[in-house]
Amino acid sequence: MSSSTNTPTHHTSTIGSIGAPSRRNTELALLVFAVVIPVFAYANVGLAINDEVPAGLLSYGLGLGLLAGVGHLVVRKFAPYADPLLLPLATLLNGLGLVIIWRLDQSKLLQSIDQAGTAAPRQLLYTALGIALFVVVLIFLKDHRVLQRYTYISMVGALFLLLLPLVPGLGANIYGAKIWISVAGFSIQPGEFAKIVLAIFFAGYLMVKRDALALASRRFMGLYLPRGRDLGPILVVWFISILILVFETDLGTSLLFFGMFVIMLYVATERTSWIVFGLLMSAAGAVGVASFEPHVQQRVQAWLDPMREYKLSQAGAPGVHSEQAMQALWAFGSGGTLGTGLGQGHSELIRFAANSDFILATFGEELGLAGIMAILLIYGLIVERGIRTALAARDPFGKLLAVGLSGAFGLQVFVVAGGVMGLIPLTGMTMPFLAYGGSSVIANWALIGILIRISDTARRPAPAPAPNPDAEMTQVVRP
Amino acid sequence: MSELTLTVMRLGFLAVLWLFVIVAVQVIRSDLFGTRVTQRGSRRDASRQQPAARQAAPPPQRQQQPPSSGGRQRRGAPTKLVVSEGTLTGTTVALQGQTITLGRAHDSTIVLDDDYASSRHARIYPDRDGQWIVEDLGSTNGTYLDRSRLTTPTPVPLGAPIRIGKTVIELRK
Repeated sequence: MSSSTNTPTHHTSTIGSIGAPSRRNTELALLVFAVVIPVFAYANVGLAINDEVPAGLLSYGLGLGLLAGVGHLVVRKFAPYADPLLLPLATLLNGLGLVIIWRLDQSKLLQSIDQAGTAAPRQLLYTALGIALFVVVLIFLKDHRVLQRYTYISMVGALFLLLLPLVPGLGANIYGAKIWISVAGFSIQPGEFAKIVLAIFFAGYLMVKRDALALASRRFMGLYLPRGRDLGPILVVWFISILILVFETDLGTSLLFFGMFVIMLYVATERTSWIVFGLLMSAAGAVGVASFEPHVQQRVQAWLDPMREYKLSQAGAPGVHSEQAMQALWAFGSGGTLGTGLGQGHSELIRFAANSDFILATFGEELGLAGIMAILLIYGLIVERGIRTALAARDPFGKLLAVGLSGAFGLQVFVVAGGVMGLIPLTGMTMPFLAYGGSSVIANWALIGILIRISDTARRPAPAPAPNPDAEMTQVVRP
Repeated sequence: MSELTLTVMRLGFLAVLWLFVIVAVQVIRSDLFGTRVTQRGSRRDASRQQPAARQAAPPPQRQQQPPSSGGRQRRGAPTKLVVSEGTLTGTTVALQGQTITLGRAHDSTIVLDDDYASSRHARIYPDRDGQWIVEDLGSTNGTYLDRSRLTTPTPVPLGAPIRIGKTVIELRK
């Protein structure tokens, strides 16, 4: 966009005035766009379901606009050189998620089984909390390198968060996965926050150890094989993620953590062998656990033959067998290329978790292939901006942290979208920003906050070089 | 609500969603295609223009209207910066009131692949009146305007060669 228009017209002779444009006005324009689209969608849903523009249109639009505006002003003040795309993209996804959650609230079927009804106002509250955490991150995290000091504290913190759901009396087993804790009536998913804390640990650890991991290796059949003792960390992380899989029966979280570690290991060492090892180990782990864990087995069954699972659930025992997977596939199928139109699908037939894990199916049905591709592209753009931030970052810790966070974000999108679409077995994770769920929205806003902080540091113009008093006297002539 | 309205809204919504994606991609265009370089003329073309420009230096205020639409530009002001010698020969950058930085640092407007250039070598910017100024940023081997080494920010006449290492840059209309 024409960023050159806001270049100051007067130029002093100090070097400080050089620099990349901050692009805050671009961000503002995109943000307005990103608020208008969900408002349009909201009106569309109201017209389709109730034949009238919904009464809450103004308050909803103002609410989302206010939250986005606060986010923008804080970025303008505290991170003026940050990437202009991250905030609008996240806002758009969050707004669209709110609309679809509200649309599923209108469904009588979901209301009757207590799966929806008042989810949208709560999600708006969670969004406000998420933006609040985003603001807190930007104000108090002046420099992301501060996080480097807490490398090993982060490790302990992440393990603590991951183990919390296993504490008796605190953990809650919801729908077969023990990834929740319930505190004072709220259920929290600590794994969402552990994702960020663990990325900080991996970045700090790999920054120090990457040379040992990359250089001390033997070459064998075109691959660099690391020494036995350097395999230690990857084995430990693998073992922990297997433990998560066994005790919390959550394939998604386990895959997310192991995948994030492998991605960061690869970026830190530039050794393809780590990816090969990672894939082999995760395949071995998944197959091993699936052979004796009934919950995982059932998920694999539902993935291999969703139709059989559907028939079994119709024939009785709906608690054991789930029709969700098949219903989600039907939802995508009935959407076709251009979709049925917002508010005119029947994705409420998914019943359980229609507005959280399976929210993508509603998008698929009502917006069709065209809409789903746009949504996935928006996720792709967020990941792209994260990787771009990593490329531009000047310090290795920032590079690794940005890669880890955006890699985890992308991996989570892949795991959820792949599960809902039947590409991989379904896991209990939430689509970032779209799905109903407080922990997910709040944690992902914090993630975007950290990425914006890193990108601000990365894109900030370099400090002026010290004036060299000898410049006139000396001339270095090179051969 | 009529079927037609809903269909129009449905297609309209998809169009708006895709418009957003396209606008977002336009914003990051520079990631995909690098710093915007308007034209990289053929070497033959550049070498033909070069002596002519040398002879004409420094041409005082010609009375032609510049083709650019920029309202704040003066008549006879240069509209583009052309690299006439060095590895980047033929590269031109449109002058739109922005500061142009030259050097080996990869965030420079023109990234010089030149052993004699410093990472932040020089910059060219318009002053309040729209006159283009070249300033040396404490480079090791210096920036030369015509034959003289720059010590202070100096106005650049149209067509005068600015020499950085093996690279020569000129402002043209």
